[in-house]
Amino acid sequence: MIGTALFFLFAGFAIACAVSMVYQKNPLYSAVSLVGVFVALSCIYVTLAAPFIAVVQILIYAGAIMVLVIFVIMLLNLDEDKPLTRLRYLYAVGGGLGLILLVQTMFIFYAVLRAPKDPVDTSQTAGKSLSIGQAMYTEYLLPVEIVGIMLLMAIIGGVILVRRLEPGQLKLVVDSELDKRHEEEEKDDYRIAF
Amino acid sequence: MEPSLATYLALSGILFTIGAVGVIYKRNAIGMFMCIELMLNAVNLTFIAFSRYYADTTGQLFVFMVMSVAAAEAAVGLGIIISFFRNRISVDVDDASILKN
Amino acid sequence: MIVAYTVLAERKVLGWIQGRIGPNRVGPWGVLQPFADLLKFILKEDLVPDKSTKFIYFLAPLVALTCALLPIVVYPFGPTITTVDWSFLPYGLGDGITRLPLTIAQIDVGVLFVLAITSVGVYGIALAGWSSNSKYSLMGGLRSSAQMISYELAMGASILGVVMLAGTLDLNGIIYAQITSPFRWFIIPQIIGFVVFLIAAFAETNRVPFDLPEAETELVAGFHTEYSALKFALFFMAEYVNMFTVSVMCVVLFLGGWYVPGLGRIFEPGSIPYAAVSHVAFIGKICAFLFLYIWVRGTLPRFRFDQLMNFGWKFLLPVALGNVILTIIVVYFLNS
Repeated sequence: MIGTALFFLFAGFAIACAVSMVYQKNPLYSAVSLVGVFVALSCIYVTLAAPFIAVVQILIYAGAIMVLVIFVIMLLNLDEDKPLTRLRYLYAVGGGLGLILLVQTMFIFYAVLRAPKDPVDTSQTAGKSLSIGQAMYTEYLLPVEIVGIMLLMAIIGGVILVRRLEPGQLKLVVDSELDKRHEEEEKDDYRIAF
Repeated sequence: MEPSLATYLALSGILFTIGAVGVIYKRNAIGMFMCIELMLNAVNLTFIAFSRYYADTTGQLFVFMVMSVAAAEAAVGLGIIISFFRNRISVDVDDASILKN
Repeated sequence: MIVAYTVLAERKVLGWIQGRIGPNRVGPWGVLQPFADLLKFILKEDLVPDKSTKFIYFLAPLVALTCALLPIVVYPFGPTITTVDWSFLPYGLGDGITRLPLTIAQIDVGVLFVLAITSVGVYGIALAGWSSNSKYSLMGGLRSSAQMISYELAMGASILGVVMLAGTLDLNGIIYAQITSPFRWFIIPQIIGFVVFLIAAFAETNRVPFDLPEAETELVAGFHTEYSALKFALFFMAEYVNMFTVSVMCVVLFLGGWYVPGLGRIFEPGSIPYAAVSHVAFIGKICAFLFLYIWVRGTLPRFRFDQLMNFGWKFLLPVALGNVILTIIVVYFLNS
C-alpha cells in the first residue's frame, strides 16, 4: 500500500518536473527541474528492486552530468530563451506531433501487456551489486570493454573540442566571420538602395 | 491501484513524450541536450521495469551501458556547445547556419 | 535505532562545537555557546538580495544541508547486538527481534550511496553562487563546483582499493572484512589510498588548504556572501556535517570502524557492553579526524587555483589509479 502511494508520489513528481523543464525559459531552472526528475526516477528504481542502479543513477546523472551542465550554464552566463518571432505555428505542430508520439508509445506498450502481472520474486539475486558485477564481467564482457573504449574516445574528443585555438587560428575564424557579415550588410544596403 | 508493469511503462511513455516535445520546443542547444537526457531516462525506466518483472539482470546492465553513453555524450556535447559559444556568442541552434548557403 | 538517532543529534552539536575553542562566556567552559549562536542566527534579520533568483536562492541551503545529513542513515555506528532478549519491552515491541544492527538502514551499496549523496551536495553551493547574482558568489560557486568535480574522481578511485580488498560495498561488510583480514585495519595495505582519500576529502569539504570557494581574502566569503541569518547557518552546518561524513568514511574504510582489537576477549561479541565500547571507540576515532581537520586549518596556507587543479588532475588522480592497479595485481595473486 505504501509502495503504491510512493510510486504515484514519485511518478507525479517526475512528470511535474519534466513538464517544468520543458516549460521554463531559463536554462538553469530547466536543469534544476531535470535533477528533480532524476532523483524521482532513482527513488522509483529503489521500489523496483534495483538499488545499485538507483545509486548509480544519482551518482552519474545528478552528480556528474547535470553538474557539468549547470557548470556550463553558469560559465556561459546564458540568457533566457527568446520567444520565437517567426514560424510560430510550429508550436502547434510540435504539440500535435508529441500527442501522436504519446499515442504510439502507449499503443506499443498496450501490445506488450501480455507480460507478467505480478513481479517475480527477485529479492535473492537481481539488483544486488554482486550479481550485476558477475554478469558484467562474464557474460557481457565485450560490451563493457566497448563502453570503456567509447568513454576514452569521449574524453579525448572533449579535450580536443574545448581546447583554446592558437591566436593565429582564432584570428582566421573571426576574420572569415566578419567578412561574411560585412558582405551580408552590403547586400542589405544594396536592397534598400534600390 | 497496485502499480503493475503497465503503470511503469505508461510513466516511461509520458516522460519520453515530454522529452521529445521538449527537443522540438527548445531552441538553445543545452535545453535540447537536457531533453535528450530525459528521453534516455524514460527508456532506462522501461529497462528496469522489465528487468524487475522478468527477473533478469540484463536490463539493469543495459541501463548501465546507457548511462555510460549518456556520460560520453555529455562530455562531447558540452564541448561542442562551448566551442560553438566561443565562435558565435550564442547557444541558439538557429545560429548554427554556417553551412546553409 | 534509538541509539543511532541520539548519536545523530549529538553529532550535529559536536560539529558545531569543534570549530570553537575560544568561547567561554556562555555556560561552563562555553558549552552552551553553539545554542547561543543558533539563537542569534534565528533572530537575525534575513536579508534577501534584490536581484537574486528567489526560488533557487531559497532552495540552495536546503539542498546543501539535506545532502549533508542524508548519508547518516547508512553509517555503521556499532556492531550488531545479538545476545539480548528484547521481549521485556512493553506492547510486544521486542517480539521477534533477535538482531539489532546499530545502523539506521542497511543498504547493499552503502559506499556508493555516500558518494552519490555527497556529489549531489555540489548543487547547494553552485546554485547558491548563481542565484545570489553577485560576482563574488558566482566566482565562489564556479570554483567550488570545478574543484568538487575534480576531486571526486580521485576520491572514488582511492576507495576502489578498499572495496576490492573487502569484496563488498556494504559499510558494515567492509568493517567485518577488516576484522577477518590479517591486517586488522585497511590503512596498512592501503596507505596510498588512505592518503589520497584524506587529501581529496579535505578538498571535497572545502576546508583549508583547499578552501578557495570561500577564500575570505579574495572573494569576501565565496558562495555564501549574500546569505545571512538562518540560511547562512544552514550552509555552516552543512559544512561541518560534511566534515563529519568524510571522517566517518575514513574511519570505516581505513581504520576498522567501530572495531577495537582484543575487545572480543573481554566482552562477548554481540552483547551490549561490547557494542557500547565499540561505539565509543568509533566516536573517538572520528573525533581524532575532526581534530586533524582543525589542526590542518590552523597550520597550512591556501593553494592557488591553478595549483589546485594541477595537483588534483596530474598528481592525485594518477596516484589513485596506480594504487587501484597495484591492488588488482596483489588481490589476483593472493586469490590464485
